[in-house]
Amino acid sequence: MSGFLLNRFSQSIVLLVIVSMIGFTVLNFMPGGPLAQFGLDPGMTQKDIERLAEQLGLNRPLWIQYFDWAWRLVQGDWGHSFRDGAPVLAVIGRHLFATLLLMGTSTSLAIAIGSWIGIRSATHRYSLFDYCATVGAMVALSVPTFWFGLIGIYIFTLKLGWVPAGNMYTIGDGSVLDYLHHLILPSLVLSLVHVAIWSRYMRTATLDALSQDFVKTARAKGLSERRILLKHVVGNALLPMITLAGVQLPSILTGALVTETIFTWPGMGRLFLDSLGYSDYPMVMGLLIFSAILVVLGNLVADVLVAFVDPRIRLS
Amino acid sequence: MTEVYFGSSYSRRNALRLMVAGAAGLAAPGLLGTPAFAQKAPAKPTGRIIVGLGQEPTVFNPLMAHIEVDDGVHFSVFDALFRIDPKGEIQPNLAVEVPNLKNGGISEDGLKWRIRLRDNVRWHDGKPFTAEDVKFTLELITNPNFRSWRTAGHALVRDITVISPTEITWRMEEAFAPYLSFLTETFIVPKHVLEKEANPNNAAFNQAPVGTGPFKWSQRVAGDHLELVANPDYFGEGPHIERLVFKYIPDLTVLYTQFKSGDVDLVGQPYITPDHCGEARGLPNRVVTLVPRASFESFYLNLERPQFKELAVREALYAAIDKESIIQGLYYGVPTPTETFMPRQSLYFNPKLPLHEFNLNRARQILDQAGWAPGRDGIRAKSGVLLSFANSTTSGDPLREQVQQFLQQTFAQLGVEMKISNLPAAVMWGEFWQQSKFDSVIVGSTYLIGADPDVTNRLHSRSIGAKGGRGSNNAQYSNPEVDALLDKGARSFDPEARRSIYHRVQELVRRDLPFLPLYQSNAVQGNKKGISGAVPNVNTRTESWNALAWYWAS
Repeated sequence: MSGFLLNRFSQSIVLLVIVSMIGFTVLNFMPGGPLAQFGLDPGMTQKDIERLAEQLGLNRPLWIQYFDWAWRLVQGDWGHSFRDGAPVLAVIGRHLFATLLLMGTSTSLAIAIGSWIGIRSATHRYSLFDYCATVGAMVALSVPTFWFGLIGIYIFTLKLGWVPAGNMYTIGDGSVLDYLHHLILPSLVLSLVHVAIWSRYMRTATLDALSQDFVKTARAKGLSERRILLKHVVGNALLPMITLAGVQLPSILTGALVTETIFTWPGMGRLFLDSLGYSDYPMVMGLLIFSAILVVLGNLVADVLVAFVDPRIRLS
Repeated sequence: MTEVYFGSSYSRRNALRLMVAGAAGLAAPGLLGTPAFAQKAPAKPTGRIIVGLGQEPTVFNPLMAHIEVDDGVHFSVFDALFRIDPKGEIQPNLAVEVPNLKNGGISEDGLKWRIRLRDNVRWHDGKPFTAEDVKFTLELITNPNFRSWRTAGHALVRDITVISPTEITWRMEEAFAPYLSFLTETFIVPKHVLEKEANPNNAAFNQAPVGTGPFKWSQRVAGDHLELVANPDYFGEGPHIERLVFKYIPDLTVLYTQFKSGDVDLVGQPYITPDHCGEARGLPNRVVTLVPRASFESFYLNLERPQFKELAVREALYAAIDKESIIQGLYYGVPTPTETFMPRQSLYFNPKLPLHEFNLNRARQILDQAGWAPGRDGIRAKSGVLLSFANSTTSGDPLREQVQQFLQQTFAQLGVEMKISNLPAAVMWGEFWQQSKFDSVIVGSTYLIGADPDVTNRLHSRSIGAKGGRGSNNAQYSNPEVDALLDKGARSFDPEARRSIYHRVQELVRRDLPFLPLYQSNAVQGNKKGISGAVPNVNTRTESWNALAWYWAS
């Protein structure tokens, strides 16, 4: 087990280095840069812009900038935002809660609803329900989320007035009920795609489990269909789902770019978009490394979990 | 009505006058709502106003490099020595008087400045404000380790001397009249808080500022909103609301939707998009007004490109622009056509410039006479130079993209080829713009700082960044007469003399056409009915410049 972990750990370090190098290079080769936002200011002179470039260390060769940044990171210093000088980790911390709330809710919803649809589709194969689920999943997967978001706002906010037009809470309120009220639409919209994915995977996994010999044995010894399903099928069908959940884990913390923008949700996804828009290099790099670490961790956790749950798998 | 009062002498009656002053300058008075004039500001600060913004304010140290959207916070939390009123006149704020040659605040040669300060001002933490704070502020701006915003003007200041807690003097390296206007956007920061910081760029103050202004810092939910509370000890009259909230709403359609749904009380930058203007005016319990902004939109040329070197080409292109169709057809009639970069509300606006006339035949004649003959492919050329160029603007701006397509078609009829090549904002306004790497762009930007007519940064030949200059004359415009006038204007403190100087500058620029003037923009500003005291000010970059005077009419 420790050998496995050590192996995975060293692989992860190499991965992080590669990701950060590519990210840094691409970011810096993007023309414009962090000072473009001042290009139209009537009072900032070319001299001011050059001075800022010097102060931000943008005039140094790229590889020096990279190693300077990486060396600080190794020492635990994630740098400061170019925009307001705030520490990168502190800024990430300020946006984490919002994303965790939204993504946590929508992912839980997606897993619950998706699993239920998937299992039911498998047990009622080729029924009307199954067909509807298939078509529904296709629609949810092929229509972009922002469209559902805008239509949702149009119908449920502007026409029916049931839910607020975005925001995490009402300024001046902020009670639990208020948060929940604001969560409904964005979390449902966000979960649509994941419900679709989960239900399809779950359907396949359940069908697979249903055709196994142990299910026939269980039927032969006279167990009720309900018991078979709960005791023998679902448990086995959920196994491959753990890996899928592991892959989805990082998104719970990195957020949703477009949905957060439409619903005015102050999370990580929007922070990333904004930071990119201002070419806030330390911020973008910080977010990139943060997500990369989460991806690595998510996969690791999934691997370990699968091994624990399924004794047939040996990690060595 | 010649006087406008601020600070301690600010009153409702004057707010009313200002409102009228603002309205008088409006391009389309018919679009004005009817503010509740008859109401009175409450005795003590009450209620809350939520301002919706399309970009997030993040820079709260007003001396650090920042963008327009941060200004609303700075104007509310801090005070500058002076304030600029909607008519463009400079009024005292932290200073008790505006220095000039007459009162001896500025010496005859324009080099020695003396500012007298209020003695009843306290910082939000209770410490008294003194001349030491002013000295500290001016020195911090030119501190080479500090990531200052604008340093022009400030870099000329020498020998800052604190005479007493309420008096400060300095010497200017050279006479520079626009400095007074610059000081209206130079907010004073507290010495006692910032001097303790090892690195002013990362100071805790930058995340929780302490000012002297009408509102105190309360709290911020990053990525969402920030909240200010009334400063009950403010030295002037106001504030009248208890809480002022700046709410960040990144998507412009959603910003409008939240205005419509009532989540937002007042729509700030970048305001309501012109395509929603008509619908917004019909909303119940909302007041939607067209508010002139100083931003000037032009078809901006790179004069070093061989296609644009000849005046005849620029004249022909200008004659081929159907401005009226663009404004009425594409911009829903929101902006106001103009011939100059100077806002028409400015004291220095030249109303006698020749008026543009859309005339394709004339455009053809000009090009024919100048020897630009159509080639086999229909595109005109002269001495091997093809009349073909690229035009760029910020991508994702559907209105400007339509303007481009419209112009592309008109120019094609003329035998001129225009290729559209748009870039994201973060790319567009970087080196591409600053080092004049474009052929032509469609750009809207402000030329003035405060209300000062000085445009050296934009039009002096010394300011061409691509040629090592220090400014942003990215058209690479060079006219010795304009240079001389700009130099003279920056040294002169006499408004009358300056008026004729800048009238002439506008005349020359209109003649030379380094950019083809399109229009001056108007913001479609919206607020809930019942908000009083919100007065537009074309001389500032923010709708929230006077939040101290806002209140809910009961």
